[in-house]
Amino acid sequence: MADMRPTRHPMPEQEPLLRNQNFDEVALGYTAEIAQAEAARCLNCKNAPCMQGCPVQVHIPAFIGKIAEGAFGEAFSEIVQTNALPAVCGRVCPQESQCEAHCVRGIRGEPVAIGRLERFAADWHAANCPSDGAQEAPAGNGRRVAVVGSGPAGLTCAGDLARKGYDVTVFEAFHKAGGVLVYGIPEFRLPKSIVAQEIERLERSGVKIVTNAVIGRAVSIDELFEDGFEAVFIGSGAGLPRFLGIPGENLLGVYSANEYLTRVNLMKAYRDDYDTPVKRHRRVAVIGGGNVAMDAARCAKRLGAEEVTIVYRRSRQELPARAEEVHHAEEEQIAFRFLSNPVAVHGDEAGHVCALACARMELGEPDASGRRAPVAVEGENFLLEVDAVIDAIGTTPNPLLRMTTQGLSANAKGCLIVDDSNETTRAGVFAGGDAVTGSATVILAMGAGKRAAAAIEAYLQRA
Amino acid sequence: MFQIVQKRALNAAGTTLQMTIAAPLVARKCRPGQFVILRLDEYGERFPLTIAGFDREKGTIDINYQPAGKSTQMLNLLEAGDCIADVVGPLGKPTDMEGLHHVAVIGGGVGCAIAYPVAKGLHDEGIEVDMIAGFRSKDIIILEDEMRANCTNLYITTDDGSYGEKGFTTDKLKALIESGVQYDEVIAIGPTIMMKFVCQATKPYGIRTVVSLNPIMIDGTGMCGGCRVTVGGETKFACVDGPDFDGQLVDWDELLKRNAFYKEEEKEAAGHVCRITGGVRSHG
Repeated sequence: MADMRPTRHPMPEQEPLLRNQNFDEVALGYTAEIAQAEAARCLNCKNAPCMQGCPVQVHIPAFIGKIAEGAFGEAFSEIVQTNALPAVCGRVCPQESQCEAHCVRGIRGEPVAIGRLERFAADWHAANCPSDGAQEAPAGNGRRVAVVGSGPAGLTCAGDLARKGYDVTVFEAFHKAGGVLVYGIPEFRLPKSIVAQEIERLERSGVKIVTNAVIGRAVSIDELFEDGFEAVFIGSGAGLPRFLGIPGENLLGVYSANEYLTRVNLMKAYRDDYDTPVKRHRRVAVIGGGNVAMDAARCAKRLGAEEVTIVYRRSRQELPARAEEVHHAEEEQIAFRFLSNPVAVHGDEAGHVCALACARMELGEPDASGRRAPVAVEGENFLLEVDAVIDAIGTTPNPLLRMTTQGLSANAKGCLIVDDSNETTRAGVFAGGDAVTGSATVILAMGAGKRAAAAIEAYLQRA
Repeated sequence: MFQIVQKRALNAAGTTLQMTIAAPLVARKCRPGQFVILRLDEYGERFPLTIAGFDREKGTIDINYQPAGKSTQMLNLLEAGDCIADVVGPLGKPTDMEGLHHVAVIGGGVGCAIAYPVAKGLHDEGIEVDMIAGFRSKDIIILEDEMRANCTNLYITTDDGSYGEKGFTTDKLKALIESGVQYDEVIAIGPTIMMKFVCQATKPYGIRTVVSLNPIMIDGTGMCGGCRVTVGGETKFACVDGPDFDGQLVDWDELLKRNAFYKEEEKEAAGHVCRITGGVRSHG
């Protein structure tokens, strides 16, 4: 019989005013006791509505049942049947709009903390079975598949294909594999050791990873085929930062969130023993309302900023970030200026940022996205005194591959065009994740990687 | 890991050096004008260097550098046989040589090490190349024989007159143009301030002037936007849209400011090289 308490077990966390001064993980994770108690809240619904909300169809009631029994290793095995990166997903998925949104317990009370339980199973496995392969890799079938990009989409696709015996090589442009998981999402939200662990597990299951390889420049897609790869998956993400196009955006102290986060996360500029520099600004404005904006703001705070303000042109209800990230940011004393739209960055004589000029907005009629469009209120501009501005207003796919590959079509936003099975307009070339959707979430990219892996297998069996 | 195959000083003073590095993936397709990004070890920063030469068969590339900041000083502590953690490339667009007949290539100081492969590339295509190489003084002159062998006319200038003609590259360029030499393009590669002055010099004559920019960047693939420059009023990313641009359209003052953004940090870091680590990191 399920435990019918209406509220979920809270996640143990570092104190807000302590953690906003360090880069250690914010959420400390459930203990075995808490995990078992939370797992006991699951009703084990026969039709498992939660699974409909999961882009990679994790066997949710099954793994939670195992946790309730105390069979933590089996819970992990259950998850990795469909999810190659459970420790990552347990930490960064927007569960409240996916699995947990469908949880029956959420109708009267709080849904089961599925994400926290997933994280628990993954962390338990990493701590107790550190050298396990993802699963026993079957004998190789000798057929080679190239994966471009080692982010969530690429790693998922690679993991699924390797498990089926394909000889998979992942090409990564950076010096380290992981894509947005290593350059974008900060240490305090997703420790890099966790990402490294997941990638090592994939490597043990047979996936090869080649870093420092810019496909499109060093090697073209055509050359991959010439080299003997029979199919290619493009999971190159949406790496191109957008700027607002307002005056003053090239002043000193204006960054794309990509640059700021890459300095801090990938290059570890917050640590004294690493060479990459990062400025310690006093007052920082972060433009945007997504997870990336929250990440950048929280990094700036940790680097010692006295005031960090999120500047967002719509209202609180429209914030696209995960609820937990907004909550954490507020706890860490990040300020929010809603209904504020930047119109110019002002600089001093030396060319350094000194203020951000904003227009006050109000919400009008719903726009194409279904959200109410912000409209400027005449004559209500205001100035925020800041010495740094971070643009976190989204990214678009890098044009390099479509510029260097014949027959690869993209839409007006530069997103690759794919069919239902994630095949591009070029035979044998598949794509998924942000390269297709524009900037979205880790788990949607993983779902696409998974679909593409199945489609690549079908394609190679036909060929 | 990328092994250093050879290392040599390019001048008597030892201020500019060359390394040949085994980097087969880069050597396979790189062309003049493109660059690589290096990271020396786990703790190192990513920094760009132009590809100064390559051998496709041996799978090697050459890089020329001047030990100045921390990373280039640390690089210089490595010898043949040692390894560099990461070398990625080729990055950026190759120099556009189409339709050129007579070109002046201007190199300034260590920039000659980068201007030279471009001059050679043009010369190999049968294009007439006048190379003007400027140095502060005789003792830091590099690649004189190589340059001479790979261009139509080589003019060397020194600021102090200790070798070649006394004066700046821009003086020589103006003199050549005034004497009636017709260039369909001038290519300037060197310190940002020199490139700015070359553009000022050619402007009255309306000669297209291409410059090779070297702004601060991290990834080199268009991802960070740190290398943005204003060209003709539009924001461009030097790593993917360049590094070559029409110099008459570049906002030089903005670029000079952006390049000096981390000056204090760089100065402090450079001072730390020998004092703290002695170039050898105890970990990693």
